[in-house]
Amino acid sequence: MVAAKVGSKGKNGTKKKGKFFGEVFIVRERCKGCGFCVEFCPTKVLALDEAMNEKGYHPPIIVNIEACNGCDLCGLYCPDFAIHGIRHRNKEVG
Amino acid sequence: MSKETNKEMNPVEPYLRMDRMPHIWCSGCGIGIVVNCFVRALQKSKVDINKLAVVSGIGCTGRIAGYFKVDSFHTTHGRPIPFATGLKTARPDMNVWVFSGEGDLVSIGGNHFIHAARRNADLKVICVNNFTYAMTGGQVGPTAPLHSIATTAPYGTYDQPFNLPFLAESSGAVYVARWTTFHVRQLVKSMQEIKNKPGFSFLEVIAPCPTIYQRRNRLGDGLAGMRYYKERSKVVNGADTRNVDIKLGGDIIVGKFIDRDRPTQLEAMDQELSHKLGDKYVPYPTGVER
Repeated sequence: MVAAKVGSKGKNGTKKKGKFFGEVFIVRERCKGCGFCVEFCPTKVLALDEAMNEKGYHPPIIVNIEACNGCDLCGLYCPDFAIHGIRHRNKEVG
Repeated sequence: MSKETNKEMNPVEPYLRMDRMPHIWCSGCGIGIVVNCFVRALQKSKVDINKLAVVSGIGCTGRIAGYFKVDSFHTTHGRPIPFATGLKTARPDMNVWVFSGEGDLVSIGGNHFIHAARRNADLKVICVNNFTYAMTGGQVGPTAPLHSIATTAPYGTYDQPFNLPFLAESSGAVYVARWTTFHVRQLVKSMQEIKNKPGFSFLEVIAPCPTIYQRRNRLGDGLAGMRYYKERSKVVNGADTRNVDIKLGGDIIVGKFIDRDRPTQLEAMDQELSHKLGDKYVPYPTGVER
């Protein structure tokens, strides 16, 4: 039903200071390349890929997952239901 | 509906008929954002989707009913409000939401709109306003701003457009708000408030239409539309709805304008008839769970 997803885990490591970290899931084949997620990501996690998906649009790729706090604005802004974020609590920070 | 939630699955997927995806909406269209916000509002307010009905008319926005995996009606042109009123009367326990475009709701279905608001039928009406009849090729819509270009107005529109919040307020709606598709968090909050509001609630969502309206008026693509909303929309909660009309290239006043209480259509019927008939009247079974 759903094509392979590009997922990338936030590193629950010592570098992070934020209270939350996030994961972003992208369905490349559903994307229509509007660029809303890239434009309105508050922490600039995403960029448009130079490669195209099978429909000929440029889907987003994750360039800076360290900055993601899982606010899910990308999921709210995506008109094609191709991306969403998940928030996790960073246990080391509390 | 399967209850399993996979974190790799988009949150909207359990609520939509994913076998119909990809949807027909263009790249940069704002209607998908309205769907996202609606699903988030349903999740946050823990709506029982067996008590949920989505009704829409004809048009780009009218497709929403077909994509939702709930009880949904895709009605004839301009008639979502009569269908929804009948549905609400027959099943007062259901949450009835109307999603439609401005051409469907206030032009072809304009009379139904004002009378449902006058009677205060317990409907939740979401009007996605993209300023044109997009699906049929871009004719002048009832909210097309003055001087905007359309296929039936190649030199510019000269008819005064509707100011939808003012129309809804003066017709008697109990909740009137307007947001753009840029204001996603506010949209979710507004939809949660509407869910708990008895009576005719009206939410106008300004959405970009990059293929028809913005292309003809040289306003750029969907992203340019969203940037314009970000820069030029001003939040004025409780604003006088007479002053919130939209001009081509002007500011967009957004916010929650009206939140008042009136008896709904069925409550008013119960009050009047039980007052007149006394014990002979059997009250209408309104089992709304809010």
